[in-house]
Amino acid sequence: MIQNPKPQKFIVPIGPQHPALKEPGHFEFTVDGEIVTSVAIRLGYVHRGIEKAAEERNYVQDLYLLERVCGICSHIHATAYALGVEKLAGITVPPRAQAIRELVAELERVHSHLLWLGVAAHEAGFDTLFMYSWRDRETVMDILERLSGNRVNYSANVLGGVKFNVDAAQADAIRRGMDFLEERTHHYYNIVTAEETFLRRTRGVGTMSADQAEALGTLGPTARASGVQRDLRIDSPYAAYTEFPVQIVTASAGDLEARFVVHVNELFESYRVIRVILDNFPPGEIEVRMPRRIPEGETISRVEAPRGELFYFIKSNGTDQPERIKIRTPSLSNWASVSATAPGHKLADMPMILVGIDPCFSCSDRSVSILPHDRQSKLWTWEDLRQYGIEYYR
Amino acid sequence: MDMKLTHPWEEAVDEIRRWARINSPWAIHFNSGSCNGCDIEILATITPRYDLERFGIKLQGSPRHADVMICTGPVTRQARERLVRIYEQMPDPKFVVAVGSCAISGGAFRGCYNVEGGIDQVIPVNMYVPGCPPRPEAIIYGVVQLLQSLKPESQKG
Repeated sequence: MIQNPKPQKFIVPIGPQHPALKEPGHFEFTVDGEIVTSVAIRLGYVHRGIEKAAEERNYVQDLYLLERVCGICSHIHATAYALGVEKLAGITVPPRAQAIRELVAELERVHSHLLWLGVAAHEAGFDTLFMYSWRDRETVMDILERLSGNRVNYSANVLGGVKFNVDAAQADAIRRGMDFLEERTHHYYNIVTAEETFLRRTRGVGTMSADQAEALGTLGPTARASGVQRDLRIDSPYAAYTEFPVQIVTASAGDLEARFVVHVNELFESYRVIRVILDNFPPGEIEVRMPRRIPEGETISRVEAPRGELFYFIKSNGTDQPERIKIRTPSLSNWASVSATAPGHKLADMPMILVGIDPCFSCSDRSVSILPHDRQSKLWTWEDLRQYGIEYYR
Repeated sequence: MDMKLTHPWEEAVDEIRRWARINSPWAIHFNSGSCNGCDIEILATITPRYDLERFGIKLQGSPRHADVMICTGPVTRQARERLVRIYEQMPDPKFVVAVGSCAISGGAFRGCYNVEGGIDQVIPVNMYVPGCPPRPEAIIYGVVQLLQSLKPESQKG
């Protein structure tokens, strides 16, 4: 005889190795029948200890280390870091270098958004769109390779400027690529706004109001799809965004469809800005000399990554190695929106809601240490951390 | 003395198994803490321009169905246990391809407090594909080289 007829909780664990997600993350969905009632997210499988490692290397080595925080938005990480270090050193970077930084950042946004479009379509079971968008994404990969010599991790930045120039032939290749992509993107816009089967997976799913988006601290396209007017390229322009401004792209519905619309419209905006930069390239040098030792001080550097605001805090102590580098990535802020919007949806919608925030696990996996009430700050040395890591996983 | 005679049909079955394995290996992808760069390139290999599937290779979700593990990342302490578990879940014979500099030696993350420094510190690796990240062509070449190495001497060429 069953003594306790109370409904039992049923938990569906997913991950860390999971066919739908390319990166490790562990999720526990509590379900009532088919409906999800709560979500627990467990991150940290990609935590490598980059912030600590950055303290052990010099400023130039850090540039290449920090690029590898995330392979999808590697340029923007290096840009945020380089802008911060240049501010500390009191160096003015030539306008042409800043324009190239913006150009590569927008090309990166194009590649990242097309990548997301494909992956999100794949989660919806729409593999045809996945294949098409990734085929077209090769256009921008070719452009990046032609500019920098590498498809991913192109290391355009050096401290004090950029590594490569853009000549007329390359500019023409970029224009041709943008023309092709613009035509294709119109096609994608039609699909994400008019394709009935696809809309059934996206319309009204994962809806987040503007207030909710603000309260949860979401960033980037996820917040803009809920009508939050927040884009650092406009609010606090960096690099060359004052000379080559972009228009903010928002939507109001806040559901997955709105996120698709925002991503696709941002693509159009990126194509436009890339063309404007190519037509009005400032002449001149692309690099200035940078001192090896950075004067003592601390600074913050904020840039708009494809997924939202990327925040760097850099503290120098007058040597050639930084004292502290703190990174806050947009994906980490956006995770909270998943656990807030998922309850009430079917389990089958979960992959779409997860991918809807354009998650990047390698960005998210930070070590978070909660201090006790007395707020005594604590200094971790390299040995402490290593020992802590060994003990923790023993 | 333990003498085991092989039946002719056993040899024939082995031959068929090997033929099947080389012509349609199923692969599983595991990210043990990489920066994502290698992972998007692995994904790019199954998309139209590179199309890894023309070699009969299928990217598969479950380790229990997989013959080849395509593994990226320097192996973080947290992912280590999972990596071993997934490797053990794969049926024999199994093969591991380490993709990217950090999967080979730790790469840019070598010496970080939370990484082991390479896939081969944890599980045996059959093929290494260097690069940060390697081009999709390089990943395909690595996998095809692995398949070539499975062929008996008489069929290599």
